[in-house]
Amino acid sequence: MNKVVNNVEEALEGIQDSMTLMLGGFGLCGIPENSIAQLVKLGIKDLTCISNNAGVDDFGLGLLLQKKQIRKMISSYVGENDEFERQMLSGELEVDLIPQGSLAERCRAGGAGIPAFYTPAGYGTEVAEGKEIKDFNGKPHILESALTADFAFVKAWKGDTEGNLIFKATARNFNPMMAMAGKITVAEVEELVPAGELDPNFVHTPGIFVQRIFQGERYEKRIEQRTVRQKS
Amino acid sequence: MGLDKTGIAKRIAQELKDGWYVNLGIGIPTLVANFIPEGIEVEFQSENGILGMGPFPFEGEEDADLINAGKQTVTLNKGAVIFDSATSFAMIRGQHVQLTVLGAMEVAQNGDIANWKIPGRMVKGMGGAMDLVASAQNIIVAMMHTNKKGESKLLKQCSLPLTGVGCVTRVVTNLAVLEIKGGKFHLIERAPGVSVDEIIAATEGEMIVPSEVPEMTI
Repeated sequence: MNKVVNNVEEALEGIQDSMTLMLGGFGLCGIPENSIAQLVKLGIKDLTCISNNAGVDDFGLGLLLQKKQIRKMISSYVGENDEFERQMLSGELEVDLIPQGSLAERCRAGGAGIPAFYTPAGYGTEVAEGKEIKDFNGKPHILESALTADFAFVKAWKGDTEGNLIFKATARNFNPMMAMAGKITVAEVEELVPAGELDPNFVHTPGIFVQRIFQGERYEKRIEQRTVRQKS
Repeated sequence: MGLDKTGIAKRIAQELKDGWYVNLGIGIPTLVANFIPEGIEVEFQSENGILGMGPFPFEGEEDADLINAGKQTVTLNKGAVIFDSATSFAMIRGQHVQLTVLGAMEVAQNGDIANWKIPGRMVKGMGGAMDLVASAQNIIVAMMHTNKKGESKLLKQCSLPLTGVGCVTRVVTNLAVLEIKGGKFHLIERAPGVSVDEIIAATEGEMIVPSEVPEMTI
C-alpha cells in the first residue's frame, strides 16, 4: 500500500488546534525536523505534545515553545531548555513529567492495544500520586495507562513507499513506539526508496504503523553535547 | 577534602564484576567507564538505546545520530547493539542490567534517593532514573558527601521529592564508602587522608562505625 505524500504540507493535512501529538527523538537525536518546522509554520496552538524531551531553546520542540503553541507537555526530561523551565515554573505550561521507561512503555502499550500496565518505576514518589498501587511478588507497582496521539511524528533513516522504516543508531529511541501509537503516523525519512529495496529482515517499524511517509530535506541534525577524545 | 570526582569514579570502578551489564548515569558515574579493572569484561548500557557503548569519538568522527543518555557523542564497541527505548527499559525493568551507578542530591539511611527536582527552583525531570532505581538490584550512588553549602547529603530522611524508595545499596563519596542496610549507613572505607571524625561530622544520618575503618586503595 502506497503511503507516500508529496511533501510536509500534505503530510500534516488535517492537523488542528488542541490535538495531542507524539514526537519521536531523544534530545535532538532522531527528531522529526521537517514536521516540527511545519507545525511552527502552521501556527496551530493549544497542543499537547508527548516527547521525551522538549528540545533546546532554538531547536526542536523549543521552536514550538517559543511561539507558545504548546499547552501541555508529557516528557521525562526537560533540562536543556530554559524557556520550558520558565513557562513551567510560571504555570503557563502544563507539564506531566513521567519516568522515561514508563513513557516508552505507555506509547508502546497505546499502539499495542494494552490499556494499562503495572510498573515499579515511581512507586513512593510524586509520580505515583492518584494511581492504583498493587503488590506483585511482594513488591509494590503502580498502574500506568497507555498513551495514544492524534498525530505521531517520527523520523527514520530509510523508508520505503509502503511505510516500512529503518532507523540509524540511537536516532531510533522513541520513534518505533510512537509510530505504533499514532492515529495518523507521519514518517519523514532521509532516504525514501521504492518497495522492495529494504531487506525485510532488517526493517525496524513495519509499514502498517505508518499512514503517511515523505522524503525529508535539509536535516540539520544538531549535536547537543559534542564530546571527543584526542588521538594519542 | 578527600577524593576528587575522578577518585570517586576510580573507587566505584573497583565494584565492577566480570560479565556485568552496567548503566552509568550522567556526571561522575560516566567517568567510571575510564577505569575498568584489568582482566574483567563489562558492557555499558545507555538507556537511550545502546549496549556496548564505547568511548567518545575522535575529533571529526562525531555522529549526530549516535549519542549516549547524556546527549554526548559516543562510539560503539565491537559487538554493540542498538535498540528502541521500550526495549531498553525492558532490560532495566526486567533486571537484566546488574549495576546502576547514578548521582544524587540526597540519600537517606533507609536507601531513599532524591535526584530529580527542587520544588519551585529546578525541575528538569527524572529521565530514566526512576525506572533504574525501582528495578536495579545493585545501586551505587556517586556524589559529594556534602552540598555546596557544606550540608550533609547523607540524611536521616530526604527533604527533596524522592526518585525511589529504599533502593540504594552503596554510596561512594569524596570522603567514604558506605553501605546501606537495616535502615542505617555503615561506614566501610574512608578516603585517603580523611579521618573517621570528619566523616561522622559530615553525615547527618545514623551511621554504624566499626572500630577499624580501612583507608581506600585507589
